[in-house]
Amino acid sequence: MTTKLNANTRMVPVPSDSIVPERDLGKRPILETRHLGIEFGGLKAVDDFNLTIGPTEIAGLIGPNGAGKTTVFNLLTKVYEPTSGTVLINGRDTHRMTVTQACRLGVARTFQNIRLFDKMTVEDNVRIGLHNQIRYGMMTGILRLPAFWQKEKRQHEQALDLLSIFDMQDLADVTAGSLPYGAQRRLEIVRALATNPSLLLLDEPAAGMNPHETEELMRNIVRIRDQFQIAVLLIEHDMRLVMGICEGICVLNFGKVIAKGTAAEIQNNPVVVEAYLGKQKEG
Amino acid sequence: MMSFLSYLVNGISLGSVYAIIALGYTMVYGIAKMLNFAHGDVIMVGAYISFCATQYWGLSPLLSVVVAMLVCTCLGIVIERFAYKPLRQATSLAVLITAIGMSYLLQNAALLIFGANPKVFTSVVSIPSLSLFGGQLLISGEALVTIICNVVIMVGLTLFTAHTKTGKAMRVVSEDRGAAELMGINVNATISLTFAIGSALAAIAGVLMCSTYPTLMPTTGSMPGIKAFTAAVFGGIGSIPGALLGGLLLGVIEIFGRAYISTELGDALVFAVLIIVLLVRPTGLLGKPVREKV
Amino acid sequence: MKLKQRKFLNNLITYAMVVAAYVICTLLINGGQMSRSLRGQMVPICCWVVMAVSLNLVVGISGELSLGHAGFMSVGAFSGVITSGWLLNSLQMEDATLRLVIAIVAGGILAGIAGVLIGIPVLRLRGDYLAIVTLAFGEIIRNVLNCVYVSVDADGLHMGFLNPSLPGTLLMNGPMGAIGVKKIATFAAGFVLVMLTLVVVLNLSSSRSGRAIMAIRDNRIAAESMGVPVTKYKMMAFVTAAVLAGMAGALYGLNFSTVTSDKFKFDQSINVLVFVVLGGIGSVRGSVIAAALLTVLPELLRAFSEYRMLVYAIVLILVMLATNNPLLKGWLNALREHLPFGRKQKGGEPA
Repeated sequence: MTTKLNANTRMVPVPSDSIVPERDLGKRPILETRHLGIEFGGLKAVDDFNLTIGPTEIAGLIGPNGAGKTTVFNLLTKVYEPTSGTVLINGRDTHRMTVTQACRLGVARTFQNIRLFDKMTVEDNVRIGLHNQIRYGMMTGILRLPAFWQKEKRQHEQALDLLSIFDMQDLADVTAGSLPYGAQRRLEIVRALATNPSLLLLDEPAAGMNPHETEELMRNIVRIRDQFQIAVLLIEHDMRLVMGICEGICVLNFGKVIAKGTAAEIQNNPVVVEAYLGKQKEG
Repeated sequence: MMSFLSYLVNGISLGSVYAIIALGYTMVYGIAKMLNFAHGDVIMVGAYISFCATQYWGLSPLLSVVVAMLVCTCLGIVIERFAYKPLRQATSLAVLITAIGMSYLLQNAALLIFGANPKVFTSVVSIPSLSLFGGQLLISGEALVTIICNVVIMVGLTLFTAHTKTGKAMRVVSEDRGAAELMGINVNATISLTFAIGSALAAIAGVLMCSTYPTLMPTTGSMPGIKAFTAAVFGGIGSIPGALLGGLLLGVIEIFGRAYISTELGDALVFAVLIIVLLVRPTGLLGKPVREKV
Repeated sequence: MKLKQRKFLNNLITYAMVVAAYVICTLLINGGQMSRSLRGQMVPICCWVVMAVSLNLVVGISGELSLGHAGFMSVGAFSGVITSGWLLNSLQMEDATLRLVIAIVAGGILAGIAGVLIGIPVLRLRGDYLAIVTLAFGEIIRNVLNCVYVSVDADGLHMGFLNPSLPGTLLMNGPMGAIGVKKIATFAAGFVLVMLTLVVVLNLSSSRSGRAIMAIRDNRIAAESMGVPVTKYKMMAFVTAAVLAGMAGALYGLNFSTVTSDKFKFDQSINVLVFVVLGGIGSVRGSVIAAALLTVLPELLRAFSEYRMLVYAIVLILVMLATNNPLLKGWLNALREHLPFGRKQKGGEPA
């Protein structure tokens, strides 16, 4: 899976802080952050974070606990407004945008602590993802105009289509809150995909999964990328997953980037090994 | 000028009552993270107990206050134990509805026991009025006692939370319940204690309020209760000095509003303050901002 | 599709129930088999059903506790009464039905405007704060209405704030409320309003907008991240409920010869909340049944009326304890699984 890169390909044509696979070279990056930073009461949770991700890249964001990984996600999705630097999505500055606007620009995410709509069905969860894809107004819904039936049908079909990625069509009528843990994580990914994103942010997608499930998840992430032609940025502690599918990896420690590169480069980087992987190997 | 001063004194006196009630709200909100809607009705219960103690049981006014405090303390603990404790893990919607139910339970129980007709509360204060500026400004004994009580309670409670072990435990529980439990603090006992203190203070507030405004009805407590909550929010919920500041400001605003703007719109004015505060500075004057975790 | 069919059937049962109740009551009234006092309760029952169902839209479907629902009802009641008085006295409109319809629409619109004005600040708040501020607004509305004087003559309406000296006949007399109201509310109108409310709430909740509202209830942050504009949909639920409450208020106001704002005190908001909680938060059919029964019951059981509020309070607490205590909840769910007919439908949609 890993595309081998040499030092040269990384330099052109995108900024030097990126690790972009060859197929994305020459294309406009989907995500670009410049000197991104945020302070919480004097504490720099994220500082001078630069990252560029190509349109169909799978990138990993790793680092010890509390390194600021989820904070980066919150900055990218506009949950937090950065105190310094900029986030460009598809070349557009997201300054002062809301979470909803960021979603419409094409950023979708999953959450570290699963955030499904627990009391709604699996299908309705996906339909919320389709909220801005298949639209009709409140009155159309109340008066049950023809557009209502037509668009409800399209939503239904598309939702089942998306659920079929993880073979979850049969669970469509089940309440989301009653799904097993792994299925809830998968449903979050489906729901995020329903928003038709160009960048998918996965926050610890393999947390709590067994090795077999993780294996399958890895295949599916790659499949999703290939099928939807989107970029994926994921936070993960499972190094097999990160090293297995990420074309570029960014290592964060104490809010600062300490290393960037391909899996091989990261594995052999003494700074990373010291800060992070050294401990991992023991465990 | 003298009328201004006299309104100011009345405002501070009313504000002191609000501040004492607000303490109950603020402590419970800080520690149990719930809006104890029934708190206002505990005030009413306290006033009724004191009324019965002096009228029917022939106790001295001071003793009647002590009895009222004891009864309300027990009431507060019982309410917490049976209605709120089983809902620690429930949504805030469920807890709030339960608290509203409790408020109605107390009001209607009082209605059945004492009837809908207002009782005329005899003041428990026997201090004569204070006459200033050659009789131009008259400060009633009730107002004086209320203000003094307020100061004593505030100082006492501040010292209690700052210096005693139990007081510190309360602060820790309000900061982080889970961590407090891990540190070996008995969270349930601390919450019970908070309700006990809050309810005892409510009894005092009830007696003081009815000494100044002597109509006692089953619904006597609800409006001051809501206003005191407003005061607690105004000052910053969870903060003891905030309750004092919020209570005093609200009392003064209400009295001035009634005097200079319109009697009919007095309550509306107080609620308008609540709304403005929540919109402009949701954490209140002395509250700390909180960030939602994602 | 099975789930969809079950939902459809559920809604059908709700509609059928209301229609059947209306037909039976009309037959009883026409046959002279209904007592006078119960006959007088028919319009109020419809009003409280509409109130309960619309509050359920806020509490059950949108997940926000509003304690000022009676405030919207009072806005609707007074604007309905004034509209009707104006149409009659100033425009000489004699047709009572037309006047009633226009008054109800006016009540709904004005309550809706109040809903928008109140919703803008209120819906920025969360949880307990939102509840207490809706309560505050309900009381402010009542306070302000107590200061409003409206009169009508051939020139049209005259309004005064804290100023009762107005030309013509007084329609609204400050704290005395609306006086000399022509009673034009009918049971049929009440029935139509209930049906309208059911259509709006049931159809809304199983449409794109309704799902967005429920998503915000279940997880606001996730809904936002999925591109759902939170304020818009919270507002939609809140204002729709306000409009319906205003319409119910107009009907209610036109059912009595005098209406005072004391009828719409905070207690009434709690009353409606009791209907919603007792009927099952989120269950539209439950709200209908609870509102109708709890309005009729005190009428049927006179002796009980003294204890009514006390019993309400106890029931409120017990229902909350029973449905929210993890221990009891688990036990109830286990019981439900064993009963073939008692199985709860899946999903958070109203029944």
